[in-house]
Amino acid sequence: MGKNFLSVSLSIFLSLIIFSANAQHEPESHEMNEQTSNLENHEEFNPTHLINHHLSDSHDYEFDIPFFHKTFHLPVILWTKNGLTVFSSEDFDEDNEGKVVVEKNGQKFKRIHDIIVYADKVGEHVKPEDITLDQRPLDFSITKNVLSLFITFLLLFLVLLGVKKAYDEKGVPKGLAGFIEPIIVFIRDDVAKENIGPKYERYVPFLLSVFFFILFANLLGLIPFSPFGYNLTGNILVTFVLATIVFIITNISGNKSYWKHILWPPGVPIILKPFIALIEILSMFTKPFALMIRLFANIFAGHTIILTFVTLIFVFKNWGVPLASGFATIFMYISELLVAFLQAYVFTLLSAIYFGMAVKEEAH
Amino acid sequence: MKFFHPETLVFWTTLFFLVFAVLFYKLAWKPILNIIGEREKSIEDALAQADLAREEMAKLKADNQKILNEARAERDQMLKEAKQMKEQIINQAKEDAQKVANKEIAKAKEVIENEKQRAVKELKNQVSELSINMAEKVLSQELKDKDTQLKHIEKLISDIKLN
Repeated sequence: MGKNFLSVSLSIFLSLIIFSANAQHEPESHEMNEQTSNLENHEEFNPTHLINHHLSDSHDYEFDIPFFHKTFHLPVILWTKNGLTVFSSEDFDEDNEGKVVVEKNGQKFKRIHDIIVYADKVGEHVKPEDITLDQRPLDFSITKNVLSLFITFLLLFLVLLGVKKAYDEKGVPKGLAGFIEPIIVFIRDDVAKENIGPKYERYVPFLLSVFFFILFANLLGLIPFSPFGYNLTGNILVTFVLATIVFIITNISGNKSYWKHILWPPGVPIILKPFIALIEILSMFTKPFALMIRLFANIFAGHTIILTFVTLIFVFKNWGVPLASGFATIFMYISELLVAFLQAYVFTLLSAIYFGMAVKEEAH
Repeated sequence: MKFFHPETLVFWTTLFFLVFAVLFYKLAWKPILNIIGEREKSIEDALAQADLAREEMAKLKADNQKILNEARAERDQMLKEAKQMKEQIINQAKEDAQKVANKEIAKAKEVIENEKQRAVKELKNQVSELSINMAEKVLSQELKDKDTQLKHIEKLISDIKLN
């Protein structure tokens, strides 16, 4: 009965999500204007804005825990035509409309929809997707996501140092090490050794780093208050970097038989060889591409669904909704916990398999 | 989700990942993997040593059994030899005794033969002496008178008979 209730409420709310998403879909600039007006009068609640805000990047860091809310202004680092320019995002005065013009290093900047542009090159009502690279400086600011990324790495680093310290002189794991060691051994034996073969040892540190980074980012992203609750592994840029590193390592360690398989596939009629090679070359790129999309889509979808369930309460303002969407949120949280481990494992496993393809000697 | 300045996150993610991957490697993975590896090796060694000890023990046991068996076989052999020797000695003794007895018997027989020969010889001598004596006495009687001679002969004859 409980199962039925859950699935029924889930399907109801899933259809509601679709409904609300359709209802909220409006032209971009209009939406943005509406959002700011929402922020100003605080009367109408816009769930699309909230969800988009959570999932996108920003120059301001909103530190939000119960009974404490503060916006930190993060440093803006720009690579402009006049060289490196650094200033605080406070100078924009939380403006995102291009109204405030900041003059630094002999150049004028303004900010439109979280994009910093040259003030003299961009008009007032420009769409964000129309801004070209010569209209804006390269932005290397410490944004919300960059700070979250740093916090994740720092925390992981501290945990790993703790793990290392938890070993006594005889190498017996105590405390934290007893919990992390089985995972390390699992990655080493069942992921690396199993899939890469005899040359597995030099890939183990990378696989461990990738696994623990993804796992930590996934798990910390689920903690619903600052400085966590971010959306890093659900950001396609982060997964793009991870997949690119996997791609580079795979092709650097590719041996003769790996390249032969790609460029001159054995066991194929000679007329077909160029075509198969073409497909193989394509698959060189599609493999890491799939890695990138898989991790991103899983985490992104999970965060979106959880946020949607939560925002439903504020959309409907009905006593029954919090109950049902509360249940649904808890359910999603549990499944996201599973996904956090699963996706970290899948990414690591597939990376190991790709490395294995690159280093395995021809066996046939 | 839209990305209007993707270089920000791509740059920092790459930088952070590379820097922290190196840090993790130097300060965490390398020492931790070393510790785990060493421990596994020591466990393996200990197990191998235990196996070796067990093998040695089994070997020792087998050796003991072998030595015991050899000792037993030797004992049996010795007993057998002793028995044989005993029989041999007894047989030898019997033979020797037989030989000695036979020799004695032969000697005794010879002595008896010799004695018999001597006795026969002596009897012969005595008989001849007696006959001479008798003849002497007969002759001397005859010389005196007839009667007496006869008488004497008769007497002699009866004497002989008495003898």
